[in-house]
Amino acid sequence: MSEATDLEELERGTELVKRGFAKMQKGGVIMDVVNREQARIAEDTGAVAVMNLEAVPADIRKRGGVARMADPASLREIADEVSIPVMGKSRIGHTKEAEILEAAGADMVDESEVLTPADNDYHIEKDQFTTPFVCGARNLQEALRRIDEGAAMIRTKGEAGTGDVNQAVTHQRNIKSAIREITGKSREEREMWARKHEAPADLVHKTAEMGRLPVVNFAAGGIATPADAALMMHHGCDGIFVGSGIFGAENPEAMGRAVVEAVNNWDEPERLVEIATNVGEGMKGDSNVDMPEEEKLQGRGV
Amino acid sequence: MTLTAGVLAVQGDVSEHAAAIERAAAAHGEEAVVREFRHAGTVPDCDVLLLPGGESTTISRLVAREGIDEEIIAHVDAGKPVLATCAGLIVASTDANDDRVGTLDLVDVTVERNAFGRQKDSFQAPLDVTGLAEPFPAVFIRSPVIDTVGDGVEVLATWDGRPVAVRDGPVVGTAFHPELTADSRLHDLALFDGTPAERRDAAAADD
Repeated sequence: MSEATDLEELERGTELVKRGFAKMQKGGVIMDVVNREQARIAEDTGAVAVMNLEAVPADIRKRGGVARMADPASLREIADEVSIPVMGKSRIGHTKEAEILEAAGADMVDESEVLTPADNDYHIEKDQFTTPFVCGARNLQEALRRIDEGAAMIRTKGEAGTGDVNQAVTHQRNIKSAIREITGKSREEREMWARKHEAPADLVHKTAEMGRLPVVNFAAGGIATPADAALMMHHGCDGIFVGSGIFGAENPEAMGRAVVEAVNNWDEPERLVEIATNVGEGMKGDSNVDMPEEEKLQGRGV
Repeated sequence: MTLTAGVLAVQGDVSEHAAAIERAAAAHGEEAVVREFRHAGTVPDCDVLLLPGGESTTISRLVAREGIDEEIIAHVDAGKPVLATCAGLIVASTDANDDRVGTLDLVDVTVERNAFGRQKDSFQAPLDVTGLAEPFPAVFIRSPVIDTVGDGVEVLATWDGRPVAVRDGPVVGTAFHPELTADSRLHDLALFDGTPAERRDAAAADD
C-alpha cells in the first residue's frame, strides 16, 4: 500500500469542492428551521440539509421591519444537534454576515432576498469564500451573474412565505426556456444575447454547451405541499427548498416525510396519492397574484 | 459487450456517476447502459452497481422505504461489483456509529461520519491508490473516514494514516468522490476487472 500522499498539496474552497458540495444535495429537500427542535424533526424526516434563519419567511412577512442574519448561536446549536449540513442566510451584499456564518461553521450560505438587502448595487464576492453559496434567480441572466460572482448553487426565488408555487414555476420556466433559446444560437448570437441581458458571455457559452446551468439548480419560494415539490421536479429542478411549508403545516413530521418521498416519486402518480394522503393541513398561504409589487421579495438583488 | 450499470438515484450526485461509468466503459471498448433507479425492481438486471455520494441519513431511509436494500445485498452476495462513494460507503458499511443511518453490511468496515469537520474543511488533494500508477485527484466533501477494517478487507488508500479507500470482495468503497472529476480510473479499478463474461464466470466460481 502506498503511503506517500502529500498533505501539502491539499486545497480547500476550490470551485470543485464548493460545487461538489452542492451536487451532494441533488434529489434532496432542504428545510428552513428556526431552532434545534425543528432541525431534529427535519433530519428525522429525511431532509438532506437544514437552512437556519431567525423566522420562516411567512413570519418575516407578517412581522415586517428589517430581517437580518440569525444569531450565530442558533446555527451552532443546530450544528451540534444534527449530522446533516447546516446552512445560514445572509443579507444580499452583507459580506460580514457571510463571514460570520462561515466562521460559525455554516456549510453553505444563502445570500437571500428573503432578508432585507444590505447593499443596493452589489452582491457578495462569493468566489473569495471557502464556504459555498446559494443565490436566488428569476431568470437565466440573474443566475449567470450570481454564478459569475461565485455561487455554487442557484435556486429559483419564487415568492417566499406565500405558500403559492406560481412564481417558482415562472422562474424555473424562464431559466429552462432561455437555456433552450441560447442552445439554438450561433456563437455571435450568444454574444449578443449576453450583452443584451447583461450576462457574462463565457457563462452563456458554457451553459449553451452543457444544455443546463453549470451549477446545481434547486427550486425555492412558495413550495408548500408534496405535490408542489413533485411539480418543481417535473420542471427539471435538481432538488427543493421548503421554507414555511414544513413548520407552517399542521403536522410538520408528516409533511416533512411526505415532501421527501414526493421528490423521490415525482413521476409516479400512484405513489403520490399514497404520499399526499393524510399529511394534515398545509400552511395557510397567501396567493401572490394580487400582491402589490412593493410587498414582493423577488425583485431584490438582480 | 454491453454492461448494465445501475446507479442508485434516490438522492445524491447520480448523473456524475452515470457519466463516469460511461467514460470508464468507453475506455475499455465496452458499452455501458446506465439505469438510474429510485425504486425496487431494477437491481436484479444490473451487472454492476454504483452507490453515489449524498446524505447518508436520507439515502439509507429511502433505500429501506423503497425496499431496494435487500436487492443490493443480493447483488453483492452474487459476487457482482459495486462502487460505493462517500455516503454510499457509509450506507455500505457494517456500522456508521450513528443510529440515524441504516447500514447494509456490504463492506466489513466501520466508519466515522463527517470525520474532517464541516464543509469549510472539505478539500481536494492528490492521493496514492494501490493499483493506480499515478496519484488520483481525490475530492473529500464532508467526508467520512474508515475506523476499523475487518479481515479480508484490502486498504487501497490512506489519508493522514487513516483508510479512505478499501476493497472487500466485489465491493470497492471510497470516502472521497471519484465521480466529481473527469478521471475515471477508480470506476475502472472497481468495476472493470476483466471482461463482463470473465467477471460473471468468476462470480459463478465463487458460489
